[in-house]
Amino acid sequence: MDSTTVIGVASIVTSGITISFGCMGPALGEGRSVATALSALAQQPDAAATITRTLFVGLAMIESTAIYCFVVSMILIFANPFWNHFIAQAATK
Amino acid sequence: MHLTPDQVIFWQHGFFKLNATIVFTWALMLVLAVGSKLITRKLATGLERSRWQNLLEIIVTGINQQIEDVGLSHPEKYIGFLGTLFLFVAVASICIVIPGYQPPTSSLSTTAALALCVFVAVPLFGIEDQGLGGYLKSYTEPTILMLPFNIISELSRTLALAVRLFGNMMSGAMIIGILLTITPFIFPIVMTLLGELTGMVQAYIFSILAAVYIAAATRSRKSAPETAPQTLNQLKEQHG
Repeated sequence: MDSTTVIGVASIVTSGITISFGCMGPALGEGRSVATALSALAQQPDAAATITRTLFVGLAMIESTAIYCFVVSMILIFANPFWNHFIAQAATK
Repeated sequence: MHLTPDQVIFWQHGFFKLNATIVFTWALMLVLAVGSKLITRKLATGLERSRWQNLLEIIVTGINQQIEDVGLSHPEKYIGFLGTLFLFVAVASICIVIPGYQPPTSSLSTTAALALCVFVAVPLFGIEDQGLGGYLKSYTEPTILMLPFNIISELSRTLALAVRLFGNMMSGAMIIGILLTITPFIFPIVMTLLGELTGMVQAYIFSILAAVYIAAATRSRKSAPETAPQTLNQLKEQHG
């Protein structure tokens, strides 16, 4: 295997692992926060506006970690700097 | 497949490139500015109002209400900044339904610029409210040991704002692009609808987070004396 193949394989496998593990944690966190918010809503329906707004902001915070993983995996597949470097090197040869 | 609309170049002359991000941003600016100008040209105060004026009034009072709920007591002072952020991001994601359109917020350059605006605006509002010394002192709370962490949080939340919006908008376009190759018939429409919802939520999140940061920079001095007498009164009521 030359270095281009190694980089290709490593990028694809790593991006898959990145997005799968990156979804797991935020999914658990979002599930917990929504469940807690629902029980809080059931206990205090009057505070619905505050709870919902805080929930949305919190969900966005949690979800951003998943988005970071997604961005990294997208960069690995579509805009990989190492891949571009070696392709450019091979083209000049 | 294009990762961002930066890669779609409409017109190029030497160093100067006109890519899809710039073109769609200008189009949105034109639509927003000309639309608002046309609607506010003849405002009515009576009961006979045009439906467009009603729409604008709903939007403005809604944004005002949301800003006030976050804890900023004079929303009309902040609506110029926060309302613009919300309207731009919201309209950028609503227009996904137009074929051939790519949201400018799915380019990291646009979202980084918006996040930098927040990064600059928060200290400005803070200094305007508490003075330079008071604002700088808020970095050393609760102790001076927290100074580096407060500075790091200032930088990292700017990065988070930019990457969050970029990732959400970009992922919507990506998912539709991938689905077009697998199930091109009906399913992409459903995902477009989901992208619309995500875009609106992200616009809300972006402006609310900016409002929360501004509230944290301006409010820290005022909130302390307000809460203390209330708790004292509550204690008195409970005991007597």
